[in-house]
Amino acid sequence: MSLFMDIEKRLGNFRLKVQLDVGNEIVSLLGASGCGKSITLKCIAGIERPDKGKIVVDGITLFDSERGINLTPQQRRAGLMFQSYALFPNMTVLQNIRTGAKRERDPARQEENVKAFMNSFHLTELANHYPAQLSGGQQQRTALARILVSSPHILLLDEPFSALDSHLRFRLEQQVREVLRSFGKTVVLVSHDRDEVFRLSDQIAVMNQGMVETFGPKETVFSNPATPTAALLTGCKNISPIEKIDDFHVRALDWDLVLATDTLVGSAQYVGFRMHDICSGSGPNAFTCQVVEEIKNPFSYTIMLKPVGSQGIPFGWEIDQQTWHKLRANQVEIHLPPGTTVLLRENIASE
Amino acid sequence: MDLFPLWNSLRIAGISTFVIFFIGIFAAYYIAKAPRLIKGVLDVILTLPLVLPPTVVGYLLLRVLGPKRTVGAWFFSVFGIKLTMTWWSAIFATIVVIFPLMYRTARGAFESFDETLAYSGQSIGLSNTYIFWRIRMPYCRQGILAGTVLAFARALGEYGATSMIAGYTPGRTATISTTVYQLWRTNDDNLAFRWVLVNLVISFVVLLAVNMLEKNAGKTSRRKGAA
Repeated sequence: MSLFMDIEKRLGNFRLKVQLDVGNEIVSLLGASGCGKSITLKCIAGIERPDKGKIVVDGITLFDSERGINLTPQQRRAGLMFQSYALFPNMTVLQNIRTGAKRERDPARQEENVKAFMNSFHLTELANHYPAQLSGGQQQRTALARILVSSPHILLLDEPFSALDSHLRFRLEQQVREVLRSFGKTVVLVSHDRDEVFRLSDQIAVMNQGMVETFGPKETVFSNPATPTAALLTGCKNISPIEKIDDFHVRALDWDLVLATDTLVGSAQYVGFRMHDICSGSGPNAFTCQVVEEIKNPFSYTIMLKPVGSQGIPFGWEIDQQTWHKLRANQVEIHLPPGTTVLLRENIASE
Repeated sequence: MDLFPLWNSLRIAGISTFVIFFIGIFAAYYIAKAPRLIKGVLDVILTLPLVLPPTVVGYLLLRVLGPKRTVGAWFFSVFGIKLTMTWWSAIFATIVVIFPLMYRTARGAFESFDETLAYSGQSIGLSNTYIFWRIRMPYCRQGILAGTVLAFARALGEYGATSMIAGYTPGRTATISTTVYQLWRTNDDNLAFRWVLVNLVISFVVLLAVNMLEKNAGKTSRRKGAA
């Protein structure tokens, strides 16, 4: 009921170097496209072969370059779901799910398993439909049922919602969350959507240029992203390089602003704060700012602010529409409450 | 009218197409997966018969299979069989000439295959054989079918290499195309014209079959597409 991996792989100029050690939980690989998340999944599933390293699932070694072990994808029992769902187009829903049940040798049991999964995924009425006749959500259910009926030891989901219309995503996400919770073994989910990742997973591994930069429980990764990439991927949009003034003060170079920090500056290279963490009025880290631009979003405003007297570029403040209607002015007083600024530094390993 | 040339042409084309169906698919499947450089080199070599003049193919075959050449001589000494100037000698010529047609269309079909289907199949435990015959082949069905029919049509029309390696012996090695040439050469315009008509009818039927197959395939995918 665990996954341990420590692998390296070279693909042209790209270098993948991933270490992960997770238990019986849902871990998300969060990263921009091209960061190596999907290849990592393929390495676990046995479709890509790492140059060296080791992959162990539930105590079974799937790959070990030193001992010359490299199990076939069939032997690995890793349930891999692609973002396209990869349903066999020449087979009906029922036939697709039957292919997943073939590991069970007893035909009666096989049919029983297929029936059970068709039922629990509400696919019984769609049994004779072809994949092209199904909606995105139905395709996803079929793909999940086909994988789970094959009783995998680990679930690998590659961007499970990206093929769906956005209005469908939220509802399907709830269904998938139920499935993942009841699966009870390790689940690795690949995504670039921070909200989805936060709602679905226990642990988050932020990947950048083929490496895991930040890894930990989701709350920790979101509150203390540690690296600029992780900060950006978890939705912290105001990030600036800094100059250290003393142990608790930095100058944010982009905004030409002196900020007091909550923690020791140490060797930090950047400071960041989230757009919606800014508060109006006075407090610690308070500034009078010029409103440079007002961008209207469906339910909020993004106000671009520049501290009075600063030579830097503006930063963003996200504020709900009603509040801004009351506050609206050319100059505003704002402050950053304690705990809202984060200090960041580049991953040493990637330098 | 002696119908032997029709029967002979059909059996040569039939056997050649049957053989090339497997060889072509086999070659296409493995070469589609090969590294770029190997793929490029093999591709040129295997496509060569398509652009070479049939007489050159015939010449090369004779150099290998002729009674005094290595393979031909060895075959004769061991089995007592001559590889040239029999009806089935034409099969060698036809196989070489139609191979590129089957190989290239099948390779095109395999390259358009969505590999995630194969990967998904593997990870739920399906054997590679199952994936090949039950998922990959049905997916590539249209391209492979088109290649087979094209290869068959081309096999029926094979003339150059066939006439060199099998010659023209009425009632023994004559095919439709060699018969037409022979009749025209001996000024039997009437009979030549009749064989031309036979050939036209066969080609017409084959092309009609291709068109109907394509139409049917189109209908199926449209039906599947309507959710």
